[in-house]
Amino acid sequence: MVLSAIALSVFRESVRDRIFYNLLLFAVLLVAASVLIGQMTAGQDVKIIKDLGLAATSLFGLFIAVFVGIGLVWKEVERRSVYSLIAKPVRRTELVLGKYLGLAFTLLVNVLVMAVVLYLLLAFMHWSSPENLRAAWEAPATDPALLKAFLLIYVQLLLVTAIALFFSTFAGPLVSMALTFGFYVIGHFNADLKHFDAVVTSAPLVWVLRALYYLLPNLAPFDITAQVVHGQAVPSGYLLMTIGYAAVYIAFLLAAAAHIFARRDLK
Amino acid sequence: MTGNRGARPLVFGLVLAALVAAFVGLETWRDRVYGEPAPGDSVLYVRSGEALRRMSLSFAPLMADVYWVRAVQYYGGTRLSTSPTKRYDLLYPLLDIATALDPHFNIAYRFGSIFLAESYPGGAGRADLAIALLEKGVRADPTKWRYLQDIGFVYYWWVGDYIQAAAWFKKAADVPGAPWWLRSLAAVTLTQGGDRRSSRVLWQSLRDTADNEWVRNNAGLRLSQLDALDAIDQLMVVVAGFKARTGQNPASWDTLVRARMLRGVPLDPTGVPYVLDPTTGTVTVGAASALNPLPTGAQANRPAR
Repeated sequence: MVLSAIALSVFRESVRDRIFYNLLLFAVLLVAASVLIGQMTAGQDVKIIKDLGLAATSLFGLFIAVFVGIGLVWKEVERRSVYSLIAKPVRRTELVLGKYLGLAFTLLVNVLVMAVVLYLLLAFMHWSSPENLRAAWEAPATDPALLKAFLLIYVQLLLVTAIALFFSTFAGPLVSMALTFGFYVIGHFNADLKHFDAVVTSAPLVWVLRALYYLLPNLAPFDITAQVVHGQAVPSGYLLMTIGYAAVYIAFLLAAAAHIFARRDLK
Repeated sequence: MTGNRGARPLVFGLVLAALVAAFVGLETWRDRVYGEPAPGDSVLYVRSGEALRRMSLSFAPLMADVYWVRAVQYYGGTRLSTSPTKRYDLLYPLLDIATALDPHFNIAYRFGSIFLAESYPGGAGRADLAIALLEKGVRADPTKWRYLQDIGFVYYWWVGDYIQAAAWFKKAADVPGAPWWLRSLAAVTLTQGGDRRSSRVLWQSLRDTADNEWVRNNAGLRLSQLDALDAIDQLMVVVAGFKARTGQNPASWDTLVRARMLRGVPLDPTGVPYVLDPTTGTVTVGAASALNPLPTGAQANRPAR
């Protein structure tokens, strides 16, 4: 009950902060791109609209996850509104979890609306394209498999939000933002850490780097845009394992964040 | 006081409008005096597709699209350029990057090879790079028999190496799921390579199995060019017959029509009259024809035996 109340207040604050204006920008971007791309590329407009729609969903979501995520706890402390909250029968852990769930719900609404907008545009492209052109597409315009990409984008955003929230429980906004973006970038590179033995001869260093590979969040597997857009199969087992990995990692980050925040001296 | 406060936004708005008008005016004035800045040549700051793929994080497919659009625009812009020194130097690097960012970018391999192989000035005239691009596609997806077929096609049409062409058609035929006619295409190419009839078989197979409208239209155009080459051969026979009879080349098509050697002015498959050169007696397609320029050399092939 407490969790849902906090989560709802985060969602309402998102609406008040006009976060959902990004949806309008997303829709305008896609419609404008669909008009332009038809003129600029040789019959690849459906592929490019899919790529663009998924990339924009990921990028807009990333900015929301980071910028709102780092402010979830920090703003409460900065505005000193946290004192009135902890004076109530609300545990600090509940505060952290509630905030996280609120932003998770905001992101869910965001991703869902973007998915609907993209599908509507693709349905229009399907409807307005002749049969012989459609036959040349690697995957149908309104391919249900796109939902798999949206799902993993959403789960990746949940993980990024947890990272941002984790840092915001002990660091200032600028440091939290830098660290979260840093983790996001490293998260797409860290497969290299595993194979550093090809360029580094020091065995201890190889082990340290390999340990980092396992410890740092691995975000690259969440990116299945290319497979989905080219109509390649993404096994359900892969989806489940990737989601499971994110769930465990998020649980770890939230537990750590709650622990740190619970012990933090707010005086 | 209230009146002053009410006027303030209006004054502020006017100041902003004046500033906008001022910088637009200054820019227009500068452009008029010193000329508009010339658009710079296309530049590729990063040439390593692998480096770009890493820098793109999870946006590599979108970056591939960006480079594909750049390649299409670059090819189109260069092709339409009237500069006698135009070059297609960046075409292969752009395609190489697009396909490094998205190794399954089917159309970038297939269209890209057409852009690269097309003889200069209509294309880069680099059959070697077209083959390299398609071989990269085969490495990314060995089950794509179309890439192997396209390599054979480049060897056939642009290199004129029918033995290599036949070998690649056979490789394409060996891929599970490849159509049966690839095997006969390989045989026909080996036995009748350079024959216009085998060219026709090749283009028909490309047209009938094209997975893209542009490829289909391009194959249709090539078939029309082959029709035009056949028609030109027949017209040259008529012109030669007239010369044998009168001792001189016909002055125009009307001369041949009046001599009852032709029923009317001959038109190419696009409806444009063929052009007769009365001094040499040669026949070609009109400058306004979409078939212009006709293939030459190895591409024109000899008539069917």
